[in-house]
Formats: sequence, C-alpha cells, structure tokens
Amino acid sequence: MTETLTQPRMGFFTDTTVCIGCKACEVACKEWNLIPDDGLRWTGESYDNTSELSANTWRHVTFVEQRKPLKLDGETATVETDAAAAPEPLRWLMESDVCKHCTHAGCLDVCPTGALFRTEFGTVVVQEDVCNGCGYCVPACPFGVIDQRHLPRSADDAPLALPLLGKQEDGRVWKCTLCYDRLKGGHEPACAKSCPTDSIQFGELDELRERAERRLEKLRAERWNGARLYGHDPDDGVGGFGAFFLLLDEPEVYGLPPDPVVPTKHLPQLWRTTAIAATAMFVGLAAAFIGGSE
Amino acid sequence: MTGVNGGITARGTTMDSYYGRPIVKEPVWNPEIPVYMFTGGIAGASAVLHGLAKVSGNERLARSALFVGAAADTLNPVLLIKDLGRPERFLHMLRMFKVTSPMSVGSWILFLQSGSSVTSATLELLDVLRPIRVAGEAVAFLAGPALATYTGALLANTSIPVWSEARDELPWLFGTSAAASAGAAAAVFTPTESAGPARRAAVAGVAAELGVMQLMEHRLGFVGEVYRQGQAGRFGRLSKACTVAGAALLAVGGKRSRTAAVTGGVLVLAGELALRWSVFKAGFQSARDPRYTVLPQKERLAKRKGEMGSWQPKRAGS
Repeated sequence: MTETLTQPRMGFFTDTTVCIGCKACEVACKEWNLIPDDGLRWTGESYDNTSELSANTWRHVTFVEQRKPLKLDGETATVETDAAAAPEPLRWLMESDVCKHCTHAGCLDVCPTGALFRTEFGTVVVQEDVCNGCGYCVPACPFGVIDQRHLPRSADDAPLALPLLGKQEDGRVWKCTLCYDRLKGGHEPACAKSCPTDSIQFGELDELRERAERRLEKLRAERWNGARLYGHDPDDGVGGFGAFFLLLDEPEVYGLPPDPVVPTKHLPQLWRTTAIAATAMFVGLAAAFIGGSE
Repeated sequence: MTGVNGGITARGTTMDSYYGRPIVKEPVWNPEIPVYMFTGGIAGASAVLHGLAKVSGNERLARSALFVGAAADTLNPVLLIKDLGRPERFLHMLRMFKVTSPMSVGSWILFLQSGSSVTSATLELLDVLRPIRVAGEAVAFLAGPALATYTGALLANTSIPVWSEARDELPWLFGTSAAASAGAAAAVFTPTESAGPARRAAVAGVAAELGVMQLMEHRLGFVGEVYRQGQAGRFGRLSKACTVAGAALLAVGGKRSRTAAVTGGVLVLAGELALRWSVFKAGFQSARDPRYTVLPQKERLAKRKGEMGSWQPKRAGS
C-alpha cells in the first residue's frame, strides 16, 4: 500500500527538436508489444507511411516539410527555387506521436466495462480480457489515438457462441500502454529505450515538466522559430498530458488538436439536459391525452 | 503562410493541417446503432404511452403501445449484441455501473426497460401472473423516458464536433423524435376512434423535433454544415419530407380514415429512422474533416487569450 502511494506518476517528454525521424520508436514498440502488421503502403506524404496512431500503431512519427526558417536569427537551411531567384528557407519537423495518457482521460471515463483503467504509474491502459469492443472510447478520445482492431480473430480463439450475431474479427480496442509490463519490471518503455537522440524521454512527470521548461528557455534564447510546450499544463482541458511534447509550430500542423477537452467535462450539464428533455417528453405525451381518445 | 493543405473556412480563418488528415477518429459503430437509437426511442416512448393510456382508460391504445414497445424491446438487445460482434461480450457491460459513461448507464436502462416490457407483453398475451405484469409495466413506464433520451447524451459525450457541440440539443432531438415515433407506431396499429392521443403525440413530436433540429443547426454554425452535405444532408432532407407529410396526413385524415392513419404513421416512422441515420452519418463527416475539430478550438483559445494572444485570425486570401 505504502509503495502504491509513493509511486510517482510516470510519463514521456517528447522533445521534437532533436527527433531525426529514424522511426526506431515505431519499430521497437511494434516488436516489444507484439503488434500485428497492418500493411505496407506509400502515402507520398514525406517520409510518413504510417499516417496515424491506430490499434496497430502506438508510436507514429510525423514528417512536416515547411518553408519556414528554423531560427529567427537568420540561421537557416535554404533551398533554391526556380520561380524566385532568392533562396527560400526550409525546415523539416519530425515528431514521435503517442497516447497522451491524459489526467482526465475521455477513453477511460466513457468505457462501460471498466476495461480501461488507471495504473499505479498514472498511465491509462486497456485490459484486453475485459474490453468488449463497444467502441465508445474511439470517438471519445480528443486526439484520435485509441482504435478498434479489425484484423481477423486468432485461430485459438473460442468458437462464437451465437455465430449469426458474430464477426470474424478481433473488434477490441488497442493503444499505447506506456509499456506497463516493462514499467512493472523496472524498465523504461521500449520507444524511449530505443530513441537514439533522447527525443523521447521517460521519467517522473514532475521532473520531466521541469526539464521541459529549462529546455524551452534554452531554445527561446537561441531564437528557435515557434518553440512551445504542448500538454504540459495541468490546467488544460484534459488536466495535462502524461505524455507531453515540445513542438516547433501550432499543434494542428502535427495533426494534434490545439485545445483538447475531455468530453466528460460537460457531462454533468449534459445529464441535466437529458433529464429535462426526458421529463418534457413525458409531459408532452401526457398532454396528448387531453381531448380524449378520438 | 498556409501549409500545403491549409483550408479556408466559412469564417475566413485559415489553418494548417497534417496532410488534411482527420484529428479525431471516426466512430466504429455499425448501422445497427442508429437503428437501435430509433427502436430504443420507440420502445421508451411506447412504454410511457402505454402507461398513460392505461391510466386514462384507453385500453385499446394501451394494448397497441404495449406490443409495439415490446417488439422494439425484443430487437434492441439483439442490435447492440450484433454490433459488438461477439455476443458473449455483451455481459461485460453489466460488470459495473458507471455514471461517467452514458453507454454504461444506458445498458442498465435498457436491461431494465427491455426485460420488463417484454415480460409484461408476454404475460399479457398468456393472460397470467397479473401482479408481475403490472410491476413490469410500471418499471418500463418509469425507465421509458430515460431510454428515449440517453442516446442523445451518448453521442454528445464524445469528441466528434457536430455531436459534442450539440450537447444542449441532442437529448431534446432524440426525445421529440421518440415521442413522434411511438405515436406514429401506435396510430398504425390502433383503430382511429382510440388513436387520438397517438396521432397528437406524433404530430406534436414532429413539430417539436423540426424546431429542435432548426435550433441545433443554427447554434452549430460552421460545424453544423455537415447537415447540408453528403448522407447527413440527404437523409436529413428525406427525414423532413417524410415526417412533415406523415404528420400532415395524420392531422388531416387520421381521425376519419384508417388508411390515412396507417400511411401517415409509416411515413413518420420512415422519417424518424432517416433522422437517426442523418445524425449518425453527420458524426462521421464531422470527424473526417480536421477543420471542424481545429477551428472551434482555435477560436476558443483566441477568445481565452484575448486580442493580444499569440494566435491572430488570418483573413482569407491574405
């Protein structure tokens, strides 16, 4: 018990300024967590052929090519263009995206079975033997992280009790567990372990937040263009992320929502509205009886 | 400078996106879910209609409403179980009660309502165990309004912009739609001389629903434009045409002609099913376009930071 109480909240600080886009995190995550292959395709979207976080991708490296200077003091990579003789600034943003392990997690709140739970490390994890595939968490997540797995059921699954009502697919939801199994064994998550530049840093969340503030100060002093923290603020719409980021542009440039809010924030008000609407329906139906049977 | 996939909105603000990709995930629910929201509405409002008809002494209407509700309530769990894909997993819904999850609350409401209304209708058919039948009817009567409206809360309690931003209207929309559906269904199965309250419920339900829909689209503004596009738009227009025609037929001819009552009732039912489909599809369309997620959030941020905030609106074309 004492041990549970003293276990600090653990998380990720992903510093995108040192990401080199090697995707070692994606591969390490897939290997350690035994995530199935979900197809190979070319998107034509820079070096990103993974496209999004999904049931079968728990780390996703984004690639953004921009005509913006990297720094505001003139130090920049440039490219010659045919149209204009003057060189244009060029920069390449890379960011390893992951489940945010929100303080107020929409997926966890709406899960009707209790499959999603908060671990002793403060992370949010799906229990795969409890998840029943209802899919409510999927549209509840403000970041589009958690997703249903549509791959076929494995051969050793029990036969369907009512075959007519069944589907031949897994149907449960999957997402980053922040390597719950590794954490319990005292190891850091596979992605952080494999990151060659320490873009992905794992540790106690309080310590990571301080480290991130120091890093941001340094980058601002060096006049990095657009440097900002994303998800470090415990007062934001999800109560702060357990996995937060240092970005170089607006969040939406990386496919992240600029001001995420947990849907259940409005639920007390929503239940009140529902109770009033239900009562109104009752009263309305009763009013329909005024004037007799004909 | 806008990004490669920068979009220009109706409000004239621009944004960057990540290759135009969605931010929130589309729902993973199958067509069983909007059908369930329709039949759940019928079941919930029918239980209320049944109870009120009983109290007012209209036994003929009470009987119709009981059997219509029980038929819908037989279908309801089947639709939900079918959507899960693995029937035995439905039991996981009943391992806890969670007020933060409208689906958990709804599962218990349905469990109570469906169990009691189907039991009551069966006992009525067999004409046995009167005390249990009456108790079942009472439970269904009390759970009915909750069953008819919680689905609105379920959709609104997500991160899908067109659903979550309509959190003040969706429970009303589904409640009025349920009242119209149950009234229309009862009007179809009841002789005209006993079906007055059912017809009035259908007509008033349709009128109220059209008002709520209008208000919802108005308040949603830019986010609500999905209701004028794609399947959400097509089925929304179909719904309006069917419900208005059906309600008019019920109001004008429903009292004298059984044919008019049946035709009008079926039209209203078709319209209400189309409405659920329109709302369901609007959620998918809303999730697919990152503008609906990003722009309201940026505006919220800008408002919070005030005029001196780091974000400045860019006029289109600048």
